[in-house]
Amino acid sequence: MNIIETYNLSKSYNGVSALNDISFGVEQGELFGLIGPDGAGKTTLFRLLATLLNPDSGSAVVNGYDIAKDYQKIRSCIGYMPGRFSLYPDLSVEENLNFFAALFGVDIKESYSLIAPIYKQIEPFKSRRAGKLSGGMKQKLALSCALIHKPAVLLLDEPTTGVDAVSRSEFWDMLSQLKESGITTLVSTPYMDEALRCDRIALCNEGRILGIDTPARITAEFNSKLYSISANNMYALLNAARKIEGVIECYPFGEKHHLVADNNFNPEIFISKLSYIEGVTIEPAEPTIEDMFIKLMKQ
Amino acid sequence: MRDIVISVHDLTKCFGSFTAVDNISFDVAKGEIFGFLGANGAGKTTAMRMLCGLSYPTSGRGTVAGYDIMREGEEIKRHIGYMSQKFSLYNDLTVWENMNLFAGIYGLSKEETKKRSEELLSQLNFLSERNTLVGSLPLGWKQKLAFVVATIHNPDVVFLDEPTGGVDPITRRQFWELIYKASERGTTIFVTTHYMDEAEYCSRVSIMVDGKICALDTPTRLKEKYSAKSMDEVFRTLARKAERGE
Repeated sequence: MNIIETYNLSKSYNGVSALNDISFGVEQGELFGLIGPDGAGKTTLFRLLATLLNPDSGSAVVNGYDIAKDYQKIRSCIGYMPGRFSLYPDLSVEENLNFFAALFGVDIKESYSLIAPIYKQIEPFKSRRAGKLSGGMKQKLALSCALIHKPAVLLLDEPTTGVDAVSRSEFWDMLSQLKESGITTLVSTPYMDEALRCDRIALCNEGRILGIDTPARITAEFNSKLYSISANNMYALLNAARKIEGVIECYPFGEKHHLVADNNFNPEIFISKLSYIEGVTIEPAEPTIEDMFIKLMKQ
Repeated sequence: MRDIVISVHDLTKCFGSFTAVDNISFDVAKGEIFGFLGANGAGKTTAMRMLCGLSYPTSGRGTVAGYDIMREGEEIKRHIGYMSQKFSLYNDLTVWENMNLFAGIYGLSKEETKKRSEELLSQLNFLSERNTLVGSLPLGWKQKLAFVVATIHNPDVVFLDEPTGGVDPITRRQFWELIYKASERGTTIFVTTHYMDEAEYCSRVSIMVDGKICALDTPTRLKEKYSAKSMDEVFRTLARKAERGE
């Protein structure tokens, strides 16, 4: 049985739809990612599951409890880390932790082993005010506070946004460690590359889920030929490539462009037709989550 | 030799005994898309403030768009554009009113304003939205509009701070196409970002650690040098060597 299950959840604000008929399930012990840009409905979904909002229609069950009827029970078995830093900036690191332990009526000693790998990294600064911590350290404190009552489900809303690449990578290492202790984690991110750190992902856009599966199976469904191309003048290449026969689309992809092609496409003819552009190269590329996201958005 | 638009030598900024920016030197050519990366606290913001004429260096020298960063901060401000990661147009003004306002701030004449605004709006296929309130536009459109408004006075350099954070993958690519187009026309683009995949779009990238520039090259050559698959890997290798905190 799934530890999180939603049934046709919808929510709108002043007539603007934020979530549209969302149904999905998260298995016990999974590290599940909601991947999507701003405006996808990720935060609304978290607020519904954390019982801070009621849906307009549909329902959801978290750890066996209904989000509408059993909201008090849900609150004691989830750990929720909102997108905005929401600890007390003028309490110290240690005071924040004590405060959250007191709220949930737990003894820090009991759950210390669970938070130790994370909390130890900020313990040397335990008397520093939370507002004076760096971004990466705030995030570690927020995670420690969200875990203090050993929740069954951890809800993390964009924990890595605005954090540098080193801290981001460390944060995902922590989530993988937590998985070992059996906690189910639902985490959202706008960074497509973080999808690979999850067991399963849902690609979300404008209140809908475009696809759900393991990252590997999602990219395996790409089903079109994909190439990466480059030239000395990348902008000229982009415009020229779009006019070649068999090219479905061509878009910038970091240092290269990605080119999606149908069966009429021939790489050799492509090179010869673009011989007027200097230094054109073409090679087959492996589709990424971002390529798949683009494809699903256009369907 | 291409024209140099940004040139700094031994630029240093101290706050008391703390050296935020420590002897950095680099050149950026006209039309280049230059990525300026660093961990939180590496000194990026301090360096960028000096390049934008918002703060004076403690020592060192340099020019931006031909103006001296030691003495001509006000001239620099007139010849650069800036787009912050936080949306900075006025939500309760229309598209046209926002353009008019920023054109006015940069001292464009009425005729110039009209010409430039129309040019930019048609480039975005946005002429029909000129009387729409900016607050009611979808996020992706706002971002693209903010970029063209930052270029309304035809600046020599545009500074972009995490320009495509949180934007969907399709809009993101439309945004990079706008940047490529501006760079084709000779505008220099200076991007600061946390997102290493944004770094992959830049012609050259510098990485700051502890106030110093510890790497500067094209993404391809940096990846080769550090035997890394992505800029993310390059960045983590270098930034892990940082000794100072944020």
